[in-house]
Amino acid sequence: MVERISLTDMNAGETGTAVEFIGGRGVHNRLCALGIRPGKKITRVNAAFGRGPIIVRVGSTQIALGFGMSYKVIVEVER
Amino acid sequence: MKKILLMGNPNVGKSAVFSRLTGIHVIASNYPGTTVEFTQGTMKIGDEEAILIDVPGTYGLEATSKAEKIAVEMLKDGDAVINVVDATNLERNLHLTLHLLERNIPVIIALNIWDDAKHKGITIDVKKMEELLGVPVVPTVAVTGEGIKELVSRIPQACNPKVARRSEEEKWTEAGRILDKVQLLQHRHHTLLEVIGDASVKPLSGIPIAILVMFAAFKVIRFIGEWLIGNVFEPIFERFWQPLMMQLSSILDPGSFLRSIIIGKLIDGEIDFVQSFGVLTTGLFVPIGMVLPYIFSFYIVLGVMEDSGYLPRLAVLLDNLMHRMGLHGWAIIPTLLGLGCNVPGIMATRILESRRERLITATIISIGVPCAALQAMIWGLVGEHGGRYVAIIYLSLFVVWVVLGRILNMILKGESQGLIMEVPPYRMPSLQTVVKKLWMRMAAFLKEALPIVLLGIMVVNILYFLKIFDVLADFAAPLITNVFGLPKEAVIAMAIGFLRKDVAVGMLGTLDLTAKQLVVAATALAMSFPCIATFVVLFKELGITDTLKSVLAMLISSLIVGGLLNAIL
Repeated sequence: MVERISLTDMNAGETGTAVEFIGGRGVHNRLCALGIRPGKKITRVNAAFGRGPIIVRVGSTQIALGFGMSYKVIVEVER
Repeated sequence: MKKILLMGNPNVGKSAVFSRLTGIHVIASNYPGTTVEFTQGTMKIGDEEAILIDVPGTYGLEATSKAEKIAVEMLKDGDAVINVVDATNLERNLHLTLHLLERNIPVIIALNIWDDAKHKGITIDVKKMEELLGVPVVPTVAVTGEGIKELVSRIPQACNPKVARRSEEEKWTEAGRILDKVQLLQHRHHTLLEVIGDASVKPLSGIPIAILVMFAAFKVIRFIGEWLIGNVFEPIFERFWQPLMMQLSSILDPGSFLRSIIIGKLIDGEIDFVQSFGVLTTGLFVPIGMVLPYIFSFYIVLGVMEDSGYLPRLAVLLDNLMHRMGLHGWAIIPTLLGLGCNVPGIMATRILESRRERLITATIISIGVPCAALQAMIWGLVGEHGGRYVAIIYLSLFVVWVVLGRILNMILKGESQGLIMEVPPYRMPSLQTVVKKLWMRMAAFLKEALPIVLLGIMVVNILYFLKIFDVLADFAAPLITNVFGLPKEAVIAMAIGFLRKDVAVGMLGTLDLTAKQLVVAATALAMSFPCIATFVVLFKELGITDTLKSVLAMLISSLIVGGLLNAIL
């Protein structure tokens, strides 16, 4: 079944679809500029170290997101 | 002359295209944000000359970072844009292209990193892309030069199809639509580089890898530097320069003004390249015989690290630590550049988004990060007394770097922003770019540092001769002797530190200091007032108020740390 979770709750290696971002225009624009947009497939690459950054793969790009920023990215995963 | 702008997302190879088109070499690396200042050069299009401007990379035209603001400003008076597009990352790059097409300026696209796209199983229909966008598209591989000739010949065809303004959302939809029509993806397996890439950002494997990489880098820098000094530079100075200078010395009248400036003091009747302190003896030996070998070895290692794509991964791993200092991991890149020379390090703080982060990073770089020239002198002079003394200096500076960062983070208002950055793919560093970069950085050192070293030593000798230093030394003596436990003559070295820190450490070498005194003096010197080149760039980047704050932090912390070291050791 499909679950809506925050990027921080994804497992390393898991793939989901970005659905929305919590936060204002600023956060939205910064994420979009790097290609993380609603509807995009996102794969989490690493397991975070404490509250360290999370790396995701979108298309052929890898992007590092701070823990706080990752928390704002809501994805749908099949579990 | 026509002004042509080179624009594109960060890390798509604009600087490499720029070097190819103008023949001017600029620093290109494998991480976003290498170019923070615009560079311009001239190029030939047919018989016409045109000005080509390498604009800092931007994701959009909204001007969120300082680099993006510069880009938007420059767009206003350009005549045409060469839009460099990363073929492996088409959708996001097209978004910027669509932004550019809305501005009333002719555009031509260089579809760069074409070779990597092929390896990654990405096929792009170039004809179709031209049709859909309405502008010329030329596949290029800037690092090797492939496609550059065609790009130049087609610049006159640059045009603007006059598209209607679209909202951000509509631009993304359009970029996606174009992507679907021109790009074909083939499935393929992970390459070895990708597997290593993932391993180096996972905490469990990443931290051991980072420690290994930094340790190896340090060892290689030391090994190459020491080898060059011992086997090349010292023998040249001793065998060829020494006899020549001795002859010159015998011609000049001992005790004369001229001899004390050119040759300096003779030590036991001989020239000592470290202690004589003449313009043509120590003045040449310090920059060329002691510092240059380390500049060479440092920048060769840094160049390989920059081009491989490792630095952004290191930034990711260190993000946690850096957050405690109000920074994010990205600030490690300016810091590492600062280990070569503080000037490019401080300039690179422009990639950081808030003024607060820039102030913190620039301040802790100029206080806690010794440049390669200073380090080379510390190894040369303090290292003679034993490695542990050098280690004490490094440890003190590192502690200062962390503690000061934390203090500044507490004092300064505001919060640091969340990290978002692209992690570029690993690439095999190309020998050509590494060598070119190394050459540029060495040439810059010789051109900018050598004259100041020579001038500095000349000024020192003149002031000595006129006995002006005695006045200064007596004036500052209480501070220097009571707090730092140094002889009053060390004041002069401290003052010369403003000109160049390597010369200043060189002066300490003439004072017969104990190992402990050397440690205290070298640490205080590294932390205190920045050298003039750093000061100028601090002032330019931070403005007057923040520079004063930064300088205040330097003076206070060097007094405290110097005093503490003197008390503890």
